[in-house]
Amino acid sequence: MIRDPKDLKRYTASERANHWVVGISFILLGLSGLAFFHPAFFPLTQLFGGPVWTRILHPYLGVIMALAFVVMFFRFKHLNKMTPADKEWLSKVDQMVDGDDHNMPEQGKYNGGQKVMFWALAISMLLMTLSGIVIWRAWFDLPVDIVRLGAVVHAAAGAVMIGLIMVHVYAAIWVKGTIRAMWYGTVTRAWAKQHHRGWYRQVTGK
Amino acid sequence: MALQSLDIKQRSATTTPSTQVRQTVEIAKLIDVSACIGCKACQVACSEWNDIRDEVGNCHGVYDNPMDLSAKSWTVMRYTEVEQNNKLEWLIRKDGCMHCADPGCLKACPAPGAIIQYANGIVDFHQENCIGCGYCVTGCPFNVPRISKEDSKAYKCSLCSDRVAVNQAPACVKSCPTGAIQFGSKEDMKDYAAKRVADLKERGYDQAGLYDPQGVGGTHVMYVLHHADKPDLYAGLPANPSISPLVSLWKGFAKPLATLALAGVALGSLFHYVTKGPNEVSKEIEDEIEREDALANKEEAK
Ligand code: HEM
Ligand code: SF4
Ligand code: SF4
Repeated sequence: MIRDPKDLKRYTASERANHWVVGISFILLGLSGLAFFHPAFFPLTQLFGGPVWTRILHPYLGVIMALAFVVMFFRFKHLNKMTPADKEWLSKVDQMVDGDDHNMPEQGKYNGGQKVMFWALAISMLLMTLSGIVIWRAWFDLPVDIVRLGAVVHAAAGAVMIGLIMVHVYAAIWVKGTIRAMWYGTVTRAWAKQHHRGWYRQVTGK
Repeated sequence: MALQSLDIKQRSATTTPSTQVRQTVEIAKLIDVSACIGCKACQVACSEWNDIRDEVGNCHGVYDNPMDLSAKSWTVMRYTEVEQNNKLEWLIRKDGCMHCADPGCLKACPAPGAIIQYANGIVDFHQENCIGCGYCVTGCPFNVPRISKEDSKAYKCSLCSDRVAVNQAPACVKSCPTGAIQFGSKEDMKDYAAKRVADLKERGYDQAGLYDPQGVGGTHVMYVLHHADKPDLYAGLPANPSISPLVSLWKGFAKPLATLALAGVALGSLFHYVTKGPNEVSKEIEDEIEREDALANKEEAK
């Protein structure tokens, strides 16, 4: 089932699977976490078999996500090093958001925005995991001041992270032809040439 | 703990007001530490009335037994030996929930109705709504709630809300042989305490006083202390307890704001799409690629 043999391979099957494990666990974590975040979201506990099950399941989902994220982090870390072209891209991001990419500098596999997203998510993920473990009373009983700090960090980083992921998902929806990269791993050459010309040249040799 | 018929003033994780129409008398339990002989009758009465039997533990070489509060020991006597004015003093404090007017446990609890504050001041845990997260432990300034290992529910002293609802004093009050535990309206208890404090002062305890910490809005369990200037002497009773600033930050106004911000990101994205339109691959580049392909095909055909 190859759509166009000349499409460019952007992600391997295992990279895609890895990303989906993280993505699905994140959605479940976000929904179950929000249930405890504010009473307005408490009814979300019904999605997980009731409030007690939500409380039980959330941290284990967190462990799955944390493990899958560590693998993903080391897979993509080297592709997310900041370059001067990324900085230039970021300084012009308002034009990009405005829908005009004519003045944007040429980008490699990832643009400056994606790289910032990568590192922001990595930091949030680290904070979420550490603070999540600290407040996991089923297994740990740490000094109360540390638990209090953990609760603040978990709630704050959680809100930030949900916001970041909304932007991440929206960017994929906004830029047409992107989501297929996570479904079956390929993108069209035109897509690559328009959005990631450096990468396009690197993989096509043009 | 139990279902009963007291008016509810506040319930956990609930953003609308609970019953406010009727004014009920605020009650309080007064523990006169200076009159306590440490016999533990109250511990036993608590276990009897509430029908909970903690595990028979070990002797740790001190009077404290059990050594700490647990899901099955809602009150414990804490014994401390201190030297004050060159005299050895044996301080005995009955520890348990203070029934704060501003309860950190209730503030922290994410489960609607798992923690209730009655109009009379009693703070009660309703285990049928408890999810076992332990946030109440994180929120309490007195380190009182305990999560049961058996059912993962939180437990603590109920101030015998079931007895109080039918005009009975708590079980511990009934059992105390020296009258060190008194129960009544908060006003009456303050008056009674004032008499006890005056008496203690007369007997040379200049710093005697009532412990009704205002940092948590006052409590519905109060102590008469001989050394009210140093509550810390009594097995670490906090001098100025209040809900930790971290807990206030965690449970404060930031969360509704964060919720609004997230809604803003979602709506912002939607309107961005609707106003700017999708970011599609330009026709120009698609044509370029097609031309290249056509050229390549031609070369191959040659
Ligand atoms: C990485 C591992 C994670 C662990 C071990 C973890 C653990 C926990 C624990 C123990 C709780 C308290 C409720 C309960 O006992 O179930 C909690 C609450 C929460 N979690 Fe997580 N979690 C993790 C990741 C995440 C992620 C990725 C999110 C997504 C945004 C998230 C969002 C939340 C939120 C919003 C709350 C409620 C915080 C509050 O009450 O203010 N968690 N988490
Ligand atoms: S002492 Fe702790 S458990 Fe009791 S009412 Fe105050 S905050 Fe809640
Ligand atoms: S353990 Fe139960 S009572 Fe305590 S905060 Fe969680 S839901 Fe509320």
